[in-house]
Order: sequence, then structure tokens, then C-alpha cells
Amino acid sequence: MSTDAAVADVSAYSFEKAVAELETIVQRLERGDVALEESIAIYERGEALKKHCETLLSAAEGRIEKIRLDRAGKPQGTEPLDG
Amino acid sequence: MSSLFDADSPSNLTEYSVSELSGSIKRTVETAFDQVRVRGEISGYRGPHSSGHAYFSLKDDRARIDAVIWKGTMGRLKFRPEEGMEVVATGKITTFPGSSKYQIVIDTLEPAGAGALMALIEERKRRLGAEGLFDPARKQLLPFLPRVIGVVTSPTGAVIRDILHRLADRFPVDVVLWPVKVQGEGCGEEVARAINGFNALTGAEGIPRPDVLIVARGGGSLEDLWGFNDEVVVRAAAASAIPLISAVGHETDWTLIDYVADMRAPTPTGAAEMAVPVRADLLAQTAGLGARLRNAQVRQMESRRQELRGLMRAFPSLDQLLALPRRRFDEAAAALGRGLELNTLSKRRRFERVAAELRPETMAQRLQVERQRLSQRIERIGRSVERLVDLSGARLHRVSGALDGVPLRLAGEYRRLRERLESLSRHGDTALVNRLNRHRQMLAAQDRMLQSLSYRNVLKRGYAVVRDAEGRPVSLAASLAAGQAVGIEFADGRIGATVGEGPAEPAAQPPSPAPSRKRSPKPGEGGSGQGSLF
Repeated sequence: MSTDAAVADVSAYSFEKAVAELETIVQRLERGDVALEESIAIYERGEALKKHCETLLSAAEGRIEKIRLDRAGKPQGTEPLDG
Repeated sequence: MSSLFDADSPSNLTEYSVSELSGSIKRTVETAFDQVRVRGEISGYRGPHSSGHAYFSLKDDRARIDAVIWKGTMGRLKFRPEEGMEVVATGKITTFPGSSKYQIVIDTLEPAGAGALMALIEERKRRLGAEGLFDPARKQLLPFLPRVIGVVTSPTGAVIRDILHRLADRFPVDVVLWPVKVQGEGCGEEVARAINGFNALTGAEGIPRPDVLIVARGGGSLEDLWGFNDEVVVRAAAASAIPLISAVGHETDWTLIDYVADMRAPTPTGAAEMAVPVRADLLAQTAGLGARLRNAQVRQMESRRQELRGLMRAFPSLDQLLALPRRRFDEAAAALGRGLELNTLSKRRRFERVAAELRPETMAQRLQVERQRLSQRIERIGRSVERLVDLSGARLHRVSGALDGVPLRLAGEYRRLRERLESLSRHGDTALVNRLNRHRQMLAAQDRMLQSLSYRNVLKRGYAVVRDAEGRPVSLAASLAAGQAVGIEFADGRIGATVGEGPAEPAAQPPSPAPSRKRSPKPGEGGSGQGSLF
């Protein structure tokens, strides 16, 4: 398993899935019954998952938008929700 | 007949035409009931006609009146009419003179009090529930951490503010607001369209597709919240593939969307809390996991390292590991050289042993031996030959001895045979002479006989034989022509003659000489032959 692949395919994970897998990895590593090579691989994957979780958590300046509707009530795009 | 006319004629009443009467009634009714307010139950409602107008009836337990809502009015109604709905309608009564009918043309329509509305909701809830729309099995789980939240509510007012505020507290994520009317005419349709619209997003429109929807409205009267009881809203919420949180009114206000939503929040703020976790908690959780991850890995590595160290201690050094094989190899290597030498040496010795014997003397010796053997053989052969010659000589001698008597025997034999031959020859000569004499005598006798018979003897008696040119005897005068040459044989010889013209002489020539002609040369020849023979 290449590190790039391990990192790449977690980017689409939801936070929940990422955290769940991260927990699993941590538990496995803590049990200490993982083969060395695999332990390195899953550690790297765990790092990637943690990073992904942090990214999800830190991208927290949520945009607030309002959908623009045409006369027929069809969405025409968004605009900032003015206060 | 006349009685009929009689019966009519006394009456003093004005006579109307039907049209006049109907028109009069129409005016009277429409004037008297220009604006009425009537309470009744909607009956026979089947939605707007294709023209947009709606025709139905209002009834109570004893009476019924036709009702119509024109298309223009339909759009302005606060409630959409529904079958069985207890309503208070306001409008005017009109009549149709053409068919003697009257009806109420409704301008406004409202539910007949809260009880009527509650009854309607209950009925609708029962009906939709029977379809399974409120089935708990249909509920979708909310995403743990949505990236985009779609909110269906009014863009103005406290509700969206409350939601955004709580989201910012907990976890500021992207929010897309789909603005809708939250009460009054068209509310239900707009809310339904917003739910469907969010679900229809593919992300290609430049509008992010929400991971969760919040349909929210602040508190209000039953009528204010009526739009959220709308069947189209319920069906849209049920059909939503995006998990949906309803937060309509206060906690005590239940609308039908609350039953069909995947989660019901008591308030819009509560909906925001359901929608997102608290970021700080998650950060802490993530940080905790990260720390455990690193610690675990460090421990893992440390324990492996220790394991490795332990193993390394137990692990023999390379020298140790190789000592035994190396010794074997060394021994083998040493033995290899020695072995080669020994082998070469042994080969050499063998070669030398053989080579030493390869000398001229060896050859000479051998030649000597061979020569001796050869001469012995020759000697033996000589002896054999001698013996053979001796043997043969002896045999020859024996044979020649036997042969020695043969010539004598042969000479004797020869002599005897010769004598016998001579005697036989003597006897044979005598016999032969005798036989010859006898034959000679017989021949003479024969000759004499022959001589006596020969034509020559006839010739001797004076006859002649005439022959033609070819020497053939001519026996007839007729066969001769005058002047033809002929030969004439006499006893003493032949002469030539020519046949003359004269008369023929008496033919005394016997024809007999003819046979003897043949013989004529023969006796002469035979005589001379025999003469010479003897």
C-alpha cells in the first residue's frame, strides 16, 4: 500500500467514517498485535485520517448562502444571506 | 273546455313568461343574498376543473347547496378546499335561469374553527399514515457531520438567525437557505418545492447539495402553521433522499411534517443542534486519537525494537553462524587441492608404469618371441609337409608298384587283341574277296544281260537313231520339218544330217528304242565308270 494512495482515498471520507477508522487503527495499534509493516502502513493512514478530520473540523468558517429563485421558483444560484 | 277558460279567467294575476319569471327570481335572490356567510362541509370536491374553476357542494345534515370557486379566487384562498372539510364560506348566491338552479359563488373560504382543522389533520394523518409515510423504518439517519446544511424557511425573521447562531456556536458549516413563505397562501407548495429542489441538486448548478435539510418555522397559530400540514409537503418530505429535520412551531405544535421528518426538533435552535456536533468536542476527540495513535505507534516501535534487541542477543554472530560451514568448506577446499595432486600423482604413476614398458627392447623381445614362435611354426609346418610328402610318397610308391604290372598286362592284352584282329582280318579278307568275286560275277552276268538288251545291239544290226538338235530322239517323221538339222546315231558313231524334201522312206524304226534312249548314255558311262572302278 503506497502512502499516497492511503492518504488520497481518505479525502472523500466523512468525518464520522474517518474518526471511526482512526479509532479502529488506534485500538489495533494499542493492542500491539499488528505486524510491523502493517503497523507503519496503518499508522500513516491514521495520520492521514487525523489530518482529514482536522481539516474537516477547521474548515469551520461556514459560508451562509441563500438560493436565488426565478419567477417559476427554480433555483438560479446563490447569493450571500445578507443580514 | 270552456270550464277551463272559465277557471282561468277569474284570476287577476299577472302573467309572466318563464324568462321574465326566472329573471325576476335571479334579481330577487342575488339582491337578497349578495353577500352571505355559510357554514358547511365540503362535499364532492374533486379539485379544480381543467378550466381552473372548482365545482362542489356545501352540505350539512339536511341540505345541500352547489358551490363554485372561480379560478381567480382559487389562487387567493388561504386554504385549499378539501373533501369533508368543515368550512365557513363567504360569497354570493347566483342562479341559472336556464336550468332553474342556484349556487353560491365563494369569495373566501376558511376552516370552521380549530376543531375542524384538527379533525382534518387527524383524517389526513390517518390516511397518509395508512400509506406508510410515517413508518419508523423510513427514517434516515442524520449525517454525523454534514458539510452543507440546507435550510427551508423564511430568509427574514428570527428562525434562520437562531439556526445560524447555534451552528456558529457548535460547528460553523456551509448553509444554503431556500427562501419560502412560511405561512399563508402557497406556503405548502413552496416548502414542498424547496425540499424537492434541494433533492434535485446535483452540485452542477453551482449550489452545493446539502447533506441534511432543516425545515423550520417559528411558533404560530394552527392556521399559521397550516402549510406544513399540506399533503404535498408531507409527500415531499417523505420522498426526500436527504435526511430532513423538521422544526415547525413550538414544541407543543405538531404539524404533519413532524411525523414524516427523519428527526423532529422542538425548535429551530434544536434543529441546529441535531444537525451538527460540537466542533470543540470533535477536535478534542481527534487530538486524543492522534495522541493515542502516536503513542501507540511509538510503543509499538519500542516494543518491536526491544523484541528485536532480544532476538539480536539470541542471534548468533555471522562468524558463529558461518564457522561450521566455513570449516567444512576449508576442509573441503584443502582436500580438493590434495585430492587433485593425489589423483594426478596416481595417474602419473600409472602412466610411468606403462611408459616404462614401451621400449625398443620390449619390442625386440617381443619380436624375438614372435620370430621364435614363427620359426617354430615354420619348422612344424616343414615337418608336417615332409610327413605329408613321405606319406604321399609311400602311397605313390604303393600305387606305382601297383601300376608296374600294368604295361605287361596291357602288352599281353594288346598282343592277344592284335592276333585276334589279324586272324579276324584274315578271315574278313577272305570273306570279303569271296563276296567281291561273287558280286563281280553277278555284275558281269548283269552287264551281259544289259548288253544284250541295249539299242546299241539294235544299231549293230543296222539301225540308226535320229535325234533333233537338242539330242532328243525323234521317233515320228511328222515331228520333223524340212531343212531341220538332226543327228543320226549309228552303231559306229554319230553324224549330222538335214531333213530333205523327198518322200518318206518306209518307216521301219520301231518305237521301242525310245525307252532305251535314256539308257543309251548310261551303259557307256556306266561301263567306263565301272571299268575305272574295277
